[in-house]
Amino acid sequence: MMTFLDFEKPIAELEGRIRDLKKLSSEGASLDLEEDVGRLEAKRDKLLRATYAKLGPAQKTKVARHPERPHLRDIIAALFTDFMPLAGDRGFAEDPAIQGGFARFDGESVIVIGHEKGADTQDRIAHNFGMARPEGYRKAVRLMDLAERFHLPVLTFIDTPGAYPGLGAEERGQAEAIARSTERMLALEVPSIATIVGEGGSGGAVALAAADRVLMFEHAIYSVISPEGCASILWRTAEKADTAAEALKITAQDLERLGVIDAVVPEPLGGAHRDPATALATLSQTIADQLKAIAGLDALTLKAARREKFLEMGRHLDGRR
Amino acid sequence: MNWLKDYVRPRIQRVIRRKREAPDNLWHKCGECGQLVYHKEFAARLNVCPNCGHHGRIAPELRFAITFDDGRYEKIAPPEVARDPLRFKDTKRYTDRLKQAQHKTGAKDAMEVATGTIGGQEAVVAVQNFFFMGGSMGLAVGEALIRAAEEAVARGAPLVVFTAAGGARMQEGILSLMQMPRTTIAVQMVKEAGLPYIVVLTDPTTGGVTASFAMLGDVQIAEPGALIGFAGPRVIEQTIREKLPEGFQRAEYLLEHGMLDMVVPRSELRETLARLIAHMTRSAEPVFGDR
Repeated sequence: MMTFLDFEKPIAELEGRIRDLKKLSSEGASLDLEEDVGRLEAKRDKLLRATYAKLGPAQKTKVARHPERPHLRDIIAALFTDFMPLAGDRGFAEDPAIQGGFARFDGESVIVIGHEKGADTQDRIAHNFGMARPEGYRKAVRLMDLAERFHLPVLTFIDTPGAYPGLGAEERGQAEAIARSTERMLALEVPSIATIVGEGGSGGAVALAAADRVLMFEHAIYSVISPEGCASILWRTAEKADTAAEALKITAQDLERLGVIDAVVPEPLGGAHRDPATALATLSQTIADQLKAIAGLDALTLKAARREKFLEMGRHLDGRR
Repeated sequence: MNWLKDYVRPRIQRVIRRKREAPDNLWHKCGECGQLVYHKEFAARLNVCPNCGHHGRIAPELRFAITFDDGRYEKIAPPEVARDPLRFKDTKRYTDRLKQAQHKTGAKDAMEVATGTIGGQEAVVAVQNFFFMGGSMGLAVGEALIRAAEEAVARGAPLVVFTAAGGARMQEGILSLMQMPRTTIAVQMVKEAGLPYIVVLTDPTTGGVTASFAMLGDVQIAEPGALIGFAGPRVIEQTIREKLPEGFQRAEYLLEHGMLDMVVPRSELRETLARLIAHMTRSAEPVFGDR
């Protein structure tokens, strides 16, 4: 059954009534319910359209974290063929929070790297809720090395609350691992495209997002700190999270305006979780288009343009936005 | 000529005199052992406690004064940046917080850049100012570091960075996060030019600063006792729900875990930097007449 968000209550009620009617007609009720179902569905779509057209940052945060939002494994299944996962950082461990390997995109070999949050409770625990440890970022660096060695584009998918703030992670150099991953990505001599799928949480997201092109799903968020974290520091209470979400400018629309991302990937009506197939088809097409635009560039041009893009970021803002 | 007595001390005293507004500041209480130290003695020891060796935080002016030969250096003006790109307001306006920090420190933002010589060798030095909004990294710090890297490349000189920050400047939202790749590019420019990039981590260095330019040094040095990490200790305690071990995330702990090359007391930093730079530029061993 679908998980409804708090602001989706009226939609959930309509869905409930539609389900009841459908159940009635499938049980062979003599009444003709089709017309009523159609009318209710139209009403639901209208409500969905109205709700999702003006989602605020706090609501988008909930959509971005929706448990049924497509995750890395859904993306891999929908966008790629011939996926061969590769494991381990060769130093300490395999980190299930970051997955990656060889795959084919439109038949061509690429390297895929991304955060996996997990699908159900047990799975989420196994993937540490998409919060990577240093080994995850060190594996990502390994995969980027492979990509460059064999001239394969790097496609990354970001969906993490942040890097894991644990004792062992600190002990083994979380900060260094993130810095090296960002550094490696910026030095890549092959094309790279990063997609913020759900949550782009802080340094743990940037480490995989220093790409030639950064795409973002329509209702995804990308932020220096979680709204809750920001609220508890600046407002001294996590209850101000919605206010913080507003102030931080974390939506795809805001980030496109600020020149931080290159394109917004539209989501189907009611968010990617309502129709993952359509969402991922759109993503696939957007990545294909973006890749085509940079595929022919030589390594030096690619690197210089990527560097220039990041260096120019924020230089043309007047502070009165 | 005595370098410490003739150059460093007068400069320190100038800094101290300006800062000392309250008359009850004659004694400094050590943040670590609680010992009261006469402020002149504390300053003469470069803000290091004579009792326990605790390294107190210091501002860029003093850092420059004790790092460059004869305490002589030339400041490089930081580039202009958008001051409040998000028009951010929490319980206070960001512009007000900025003004307050500027008034308190006399600085424009949290990183200062200067050039001079260290052991007779030209170097560009960038110093993060923890007293300015916790040293936090936003557009201004990012641009200052990029400027420092460009200066190093233009002069063919090494870049030395003293870090001190709680992390990113939240009030600049995503733009503060973007300083992680931007400062990383600055480091790459220096490295690609074949020039040494040396990081000195000072207390405290955490968050996005640690996870970008602060951990990418050709050589990683830290001052004794400096807190260095990605997540802050409180966040970690809340995550794992247990008390952290003694000395966790301190410089000595990082050294033991292979994250640093060396932990060097403040009084020996200049000489250490000079000798390192000489090795990395294949120059003759520097001579220190005053030691």
